[in-house]
Amino acid sequence: MQRSFIAKNPSVLIFFACLALFTLAVTVLSEGFGVGLASTSFVKTLGKTLCLCLIAVAMDLIWGFTGILSLGHFAFFGLGGYMIGMWLMYERTRLIVVESLSQTEIPPTPSEVVDAIGNQIFGVVGSSEFPMIWAFADSLVLQLALVVLVPGLLALVFGWLAFRSRVTGVYLSILTQAMTLALALYLFQNDSGLRGNNGLSGLQNLPGVTASQDFVSVWFLWASAGALGLGYALAAWAVSGKFGSVVRGIRDNEARVRFLGYSVETYKLVIFVLTACLAAIAGALYYPQAGIINPAEMAPIASVYLAVWVAIGGRGRLYGAVIGAAFVSLLSTWFTGGQAPDIPLGFYTIKWVDWWLVLLGLSFVAVTLFAPKGMGGLIDLWTRRKSPNRHGLDLGPDEGALREQEASK
Amino acid sequence: MKRLYLLGLAALLCCVMAAAQASDIQPILQEHKQIIAKSARKTIAPAIDAIAKSGSPQAQTVLETWAAKAMWMRKSDGVFFAGEKAEDKQYRLFDFDSGEVAGTYPKADLKQIKPNSGIRAMIGTALVQFQLIDPDAARRQAALTSIQRDPEVRFLAPLRASIEGEPDVKLLAQKRRLERLLTISFDKNTEARVNAIEEMSGDLGVDLRATLNPLVATTRDVALGEVPSGLNIADILAPGTEFFSRTDAYDLLVIKSLAQPKVTANDIRNALAANIDGGRVAGIPVARLDNDTARHRAYDILAKAGQAPARVTTDDVDAALASHVFFESYYEPSPDVTTAANASLTAIGLRVGLNQTLDLALDALSLTSIYFLAAIGLAITFGVMGVINMAHGEFIMMGAYTGYVVQRIIPDHTLSIIVAIPLAFVVTFTAGVAMERLVIRWLYARPLETLLATFGISIALQQLAKNIFGTQARPLTAPEWLNGAFTMNDVVSISYIRIAIFILALIFLGVFLFIMKRTRLGLETRAVTQNSRMAASMGINPGRVNMLTFGLGSGIAGVAGVAIGLFAKVTSELGSDYIVQSFMTVVVGGVGNIWGTLAGAAMIGFLQKGIEWLNPSNTLAAQTYMIVFIIIFIQFRPRGIIALKGRAAGD
Repeated sequence: MQRSFIAKNPSVLIFFACLALFTLAVTVLSEGFGVGLASTSFVKTLGKTLCLCLIAVAMDLIWGFTGILSLGHFAFFGLGGYMIGMWLMYERTRLIVVESLSQTEIPPTPSEVVDAIGNQIFGVVGSSEFPMIWAFADSLVLQLALVVLVPGLLALVFGWLAFRSRVTGVYLSILTQAMTLALALYLFQNDSGLRGNNGLSGLQNLPGVTASQDFVSVWFLWASAGALGLGYALAAWAVSGKFGSVVRGIRDNEARVRFLGYSVETYKLVIFVLTACLAAIAGALYYPQAGIINPAEMAPIASVYLAVWVAIGGRGRLYGAVIGAAFVSLLSTWFTGGQAPDIPLGFYTIKWVDWWLVLLGLSFVAVTLFAPKGMGGLIDLWTRRKSPNRHGLDLGPDEGALREQEASK
Repeated sequence: MKRLYLLGLAALLCCVMAAAQASDIQPILQEHKQIIAKSARKTIAPAIDAIAKSGSPQAQTVLETWAAKAMWMRKSDGVFFAGEKAEDKQYRLFDFDSGEVAGTYPKADLKQIKPNSGIRAMIGTALVQFQLIDPDAARRQAALTSIQRDPEVRFLAPLRASIEGEPDVKLLAQKRRLERLLTISFDKNTEARVNAIEEMSGDLGVDLRATLNPLVATTRDVALGEVPSGLNIADILAPGTEFFSRTDAYDLLVIKSLAQPKVTANDIRNALAANIDGGRVAGIPVARLDNDTARHRAYDILAKAGQAPARVTTDDVDAALASHVFFESYYEPSPDVTTAANASLTAIGLRVGLNQTLDLALDALSLTSIYFLAAIGLAITFGVMGVINMAHGEFIMMGAYTGYVVQRIIPDHTLSIIVAIPLAFVVTFTAGVAMERLVIRWLYARPLETLLATFGISIALQQLAKNIFGTQARPLTAPEWLNGAFTMNDVVSISYIRIAIFILALIFLGVFLFIMKRTRLGLETRAVTQNSRMAASMGINPGRVNMLTFGLGSGIAGVAGVAIGLFAKVTSELGSDYIVQSFMTVVVGGVGNIWGTLAGAAMIGFLQKGIEWLNPSNTLAAQTYMIVFIIIFIQFRPRGIIALKGRAAGD
C-alpha cells in the first residue's frame, strides 16, 4: 500500500514547523512588524541566510545524493540574481527618468525615455545603448521566467556536454569550477552588457514600493522562507521515490546503474538542471536583499564555500545542508563582523577577523577526517538512530566517503 | 658650473687664436647689431643664419655663448663680447675673434644679451651643423639623437656634409641611416626620395615606419561633379560601403558646407520647445507631442512658416550624394613617392607580421614554461596518487615567500636566489610530507574529500600568510644580470627572466625524467601508479612512496613559486592566480604522464597568447574563451591529450 509523502518523510513536517516558528519569531522581533528587537540589517542577514540554505539544499541534492561535486553552483545563483537585478534596475531607473523628463516642456517620446534609461544605467561603463540581453528587462514576468530559464539552459548545455562525454569525479569538479570562472571573467568585462565589475546596484529599492526597508526586509524574509520550504519539500520529494533510489544508486555505483538499463546521463542531467534552477531562485531572492551584485560573487571560491557548508552540515540529508549553511554563514558573519571577542595571549592577541578563516579551514579538515557525517551526525546521536547493521559497520553517504574496507580496519 | 664652462671656452679661444684672421665674426655681429640686441623671436632668424653660415671658426663659440646667456654688448660702441663675472659687479670681457681679454667693465656699461627659450631653440638648431662634426663623439651622438627626435629639412644638408669625415663606425651607420630617412621625408628631388624608399624597403626599424606613414596619410574630400586634377588621389569613394557609409558621406558634405546639416531629433525638440504658444506648437497641443509623427508634423509647419530650417529628406540626401564625388587624396603631392612608400610599407608589413608571429611564439613559449612549472607538481600528485591538491597554489605561494624572506636576510640578489631555490624546495617538501602524513593518507579512498580537505588547508594557509606578511605585495627582486631583454630587432624581444624560467622548466623536465626513469624511487613510483596492491606485494611500501611523491610534487611547487615570484608580485593570492590554469594544464594534458603535462601547458600557453593576439585589448575575454575552449576540448578527449592506456587508466 502506498504511504503518503509526508508519512515517508516526517522530517519535512518537522522542518516546516521549525521554519514557520523561526519566521514568526523574526517577524515578531522585527522593526517593521514587531517589537523592534531585531534590527533591519539583522533581518536582512537572516533572510539572506535562508537563501543560502536553499542553495545548500540544491548542493546537497547534487553532491550528497547524486555524488557530483559541483563547484559551480554559485554561477547559477549569481545568474538568477542578475536576471532579477536587470528588471529591478531597469524599472527603478525608468520611474526616475519618467519623473525627471516630465519636467521638460515637450513630453518625451518612448524612444527618448529608453535612451535616457540606457544613459543612466550604462553611463558608468561608457556606453548608452541597451545590449541585446536587456531586451526583456522591461517586463517583470519575462524576467522572472528568465531567472529560471537562463541558468537552467546553461546547466542543460553544460551538463549535457559534460555527462555525455562521461566526465566524472574530480574532473567534473574542476570543469564546473572552470565554468564559473569563465562566467565571472566574462561578466567582468565592460562590454558584457551587465556593467562589468560595477555590477548591478540599488537592488534593495523595489520600484513603485514606498514602504520602508523595515517592512521590505520582512517581506523578503517571508519570501525566502517560503522558497526554502518549497525547495526543501521538492528536494525531499525528488529523493524519496524511485527517482531518488536511482539517483542514490548512481552515487554509490554509477556503472552498475548503467548496466541495469537506466540512462544515467538523463538522471544526472535532470538533477543538475533542477539544482541549477533552485540555486537561481535562491539567488533571485538573495540579491535584492543584498542590494548589489557583481561578478566577484561568482568567483570559484564561493562555490567551494558552498561545498564546505554542506560538508560541515552533513551530506546526504537535506536538513544537514540547511543546518550547515545557516550555522557556518552566520558564524562567519559573526566572526568577520568583528563581534567576536579577541583572545589576548599575552604575547599576541588573536583577532578573529584575521584568524577566522584559519579556524574555518582547519575545522573543515577536521570534519572531513573525523566526522564525515558532519553536524547531521549529532542529530543521529540525539535520536539514537543507528545505521543498519548489514555489513557490520556504518558506511558513509557516497563513494568518496568511508568505505567498508577502511571502516573495518 | 657656468664659470668652469667659460674658462674652458676661454682656453678654446686661445687655441684657435692663431687661426683667427680672415673671417672674423665681429663684423657679422655688427651687421645684425640691432636685431641681436633686441632679441625678439620673430626677427632674430637672419642673424642666426648669418652667423651659422659665416664660415667663421668662431661661429659655434658665438652661438654657444649666446645660448648660455653669456654674450654681452659694450654700450659705448656696440661691440659684442663673451663675458664673465669678476669682482664687485664687474664683468671681464673676452673678444670673440682674438680670445683675448678686452678689459673689465662695471655692469652698468654693458648690456647682457638674454635670448628667450624660443630663440635658444633656434640657436640649438643652428648649432646642430657644428655638433655633427664636433670632435667629441658624445656630442655628435647627442646631435643625431636630437635630429631623430625632431627631423627637419634644414638638417639634411649639414648631415650629408658630415658623413664624409665621420671616424666612428657606429655613428657613421647612424648618420647614413638618418640621411636616408631625411631624404625620404625632405629631399626636393622625387627620384632621390623614391630611390631612398626602395633602398630602405624591408627594414624593420620603427623609425622607417614613422617616416613612411606620414607619406601615405590621406584626407577625405569631396568635389562637385568630377575629381579635381592636380591632386594625388588615393581612392575614389562610393558612399554606402562599410568604410564609407552614406551618413559619413553626408556628414562630410555638411563639414565642407556643401549641404544643409540634418535636423536631428534633438533639434526638432528644441525648436518645438522654443515655439510653444499658449500650450500649443503650430496648433498642435503640447501634450500630444509625445511621439515622432506628431513632432515631425508640428516641425514641418514651423519650417514652412520659416521659424526653423526645413528637414533634410532622404531625397535631398540622395541628390546631394549623387551630384558629388568623394575621394581620398594623399597629403604628399608626388604620386611616385606615395606608390613607392605604399609598396615599401606592404613589404615591411609582411616582414613585421612574420617577426610578430615569432615574437608571439616566444611569448607563448615562456607562458608555457610558467604553466608547466606551476602544474608539474600538481601533475605528479594527481597522476601518481589520484589526489587533487587544492593547496598546491599555496605551496607555490610558500615558495615565493621563502624567496622573499631569504632576500631579507641575504641582501645579495644572486646569492639569495641560489640559496632560496633549494630552501624553498626543502620548506615545501616538508610541508607536503606533513600534509600527506596528517591528512591525505586517511583519505586515499575518498578523492572528492581530499579535494575538500586540501581546500580547507588552502584557505587556512592563505589566511595565515596574510596574517604573517600582510596583504600588501612583497618584492622578490631578480638579480641584476636577469634584468633587461634579449632584443633581436625592433619587433622581437624577450626578457632574460623569461629565458631563465624557460631554462628552469627544461631543467625540471630533465630532473623529473631522471628521477622517474633512472632511480629506485622512480621505479617504485611507477609501480605504485600502475597497481598499488601488486607493488605492495612485491615489497614496495606504497605509503612511503606516496609520501615521497607528494613531497616531491610540493617541493617543485615551491621552486616554481620562487621563479614566479621573480616576475609577479608576491602576495598571499599568488598561488590561487595560477591554480585554475594549473588544473587546466593537468586536465588537458592527461594524467600521469609528464609529456602530457608539457603538451597541456603548451596548448594552454599558445592558445592564450593566440586569443590575446586576436583580441589584444581584452585579456579577460581571452581567458573566458580559453576556458570555454577547454570545456569543449574535454568533450573530445575526456582523458586529456596523452591518456594512460590499459589498467593504469583506472575505471
